[in-house]
Amino acid sequence: MRDDLFDLLWEALRETLYMIAWSSFFSLLLGLTLGILLVVTDKGHVLQAVPVQKTISLLINGVRSIPFIILIVILLPLSRLIVGTSLGPTAAIVALSIGTAPFLGRIIENSLKEVSGGKIEAAIAMGASPLAIIFRVLIPEALPALVRGVTIAIIGITECTAVAGAIGAGGLGSLAIRFGYQRFREDIMIATVLVIVLLVQAIQLTGDFIAKSIHNRRFKIE
Amino acid sequence: MIVVEQLTKTYQTTKGSVLALDRIDLQVRKGEIFGVIGFSGAGKSTLIRCLNRLEEPDSGRIRIGGDDITELRGRRLRQARQKIGMIFQHFNLLEGKTVYHNVAFPLAVAGHPRDRIGRRVREILDLVGLADKEGAYPAQLSGGQKQRVGIARALANDPDVLLSDEATSALDPQTTYSILELLRDINRKLKLTIVLITHELEVLQHICDSMAVIENGRIVETGPAEKLFLNPESDTARKFVGVLEQYRAKRGWIEGAGAGI
Repeated sequence: MRDDLFDLLWEALRETLYMIAWSSFFSLLLGLTLGILLVVTDKGHVLQAVPVQKTISLLINGVRSIPFIILIVILLPLSRLIVGTSLGPTAAIVALSIGTAPFLGRIIENSLKEVSGGKIEAAIAMGASPLAIIFRVLIPEALPALVRGVTIAIIGITECTAVAGAIGAGGLGSLAIRFGYQRFREDIMIATVLVIVLLVQAIQLTGDFIAKSIHNRRFKIE
Repeated sequence: MIVVEQLTKTYQTTKGSVLALDRIDLQVRKGEIFGVIGFSGAGKSTLIRCLNRLEEPDSGRIRIGGDDITELRGRRLRQARQKIGMIFQHFNLLEGKTVYHNVAFPLAVAGHPRDRIGRRVREILDLVGLADKEGAYPAQLSGGQKQRVGIARALANDPDVLLSDEATSALDPQTTYSILELLRDINRKLKLTIVLITHELEVLQHICDSMAVIENGRIVETGPAEKLFLNPESDTARKFVGVLEQYRAKRGWIEGAGAGI
């Protein structure tokens, strides 16, 4: 082990966390929009518009079928347009957000569909508007499932940051490839993998904790 | 109060179309408890769900108070719905909200200010006997308590009509009785018109002023609730009352003449 290890790791971890945080934020915004639209425009739902639903669904399937590493390359011009560069963690956020949003959209769609039709009907019977039904019924009722789903997605984003690292995004993935693989620094390879493993564990535990505390508050018999 | 004219509804299924409601005519007077009784699949649920347009009728008219419910669209329909309370067999409470916020929901949706909502929620929880359960979540309540929350929620906006879709079918007999008492009590105190559907004879017997019997999507008998027991005319009514008659006869045979239920 050499003494540059910790500096390199620390720098890479910061870049990775930066990418995860912002990509998760934008991906969640996009994914929530997609997920909600998928549910409420479906047949028989509060904003029925089947052609819209079908179009979004096709779009999501389309983006999801492109391998992520190729998607990053396709989105390079867009990154350059939005953040002015196609290199580094900030540029990667563009591709990460767009690349993972469709996945998050599907996860959110699934969670929202778990809300029973009876609750939505009750809200309609009380004269609630479609917006009120989305924000006061669908999302709050699905919250524990949403938190669990978003946790899965953030871990997916963490994996993707490592992939993005292979083509110039920086972060832990990049460190593992450039130093661990290309310069035969086994110590860096092992340390990087270890840090990623710990990171994923921390995200999962945090997600589980939040989902569980919401669930307990609602369903624990006192 | 409520006038239904020539209400018709068909469902499209994979096997073809099913006539769920066949030219239904009904009149419900203001302040009465009106029961619609029928066997499963007779169309009673479809009928009550048409009254607030949870179900879209094919043709016919529904008038409640001054509103022509069948004509309303969008915002106007939502405003009309705010004045039609509804309770359900499976309660349909929001599990992520406390009792307080469940009852506050229709008020918040109608855009009332926060302090007024608070006052109204406490007033109505008092009325249904749940003043001490304000902070509880639905999962922490018994079936009867859940239905009381359902009733409180339906009454919060001070509706003109209460629709009850099999509200006691998921409850045990004793709880059913207490919920029926509560509905009767509310009907008297608030002069609230109640339309309920049921397949339980006791519900009709305990609280209904008038009744209609529905059979294969058609109203086959209407009149005062007593008539169903004293002078049942339709097949459905005879079948319902027939069960009672059998026991009455059996008991008369065991205990001798003069015994009755």
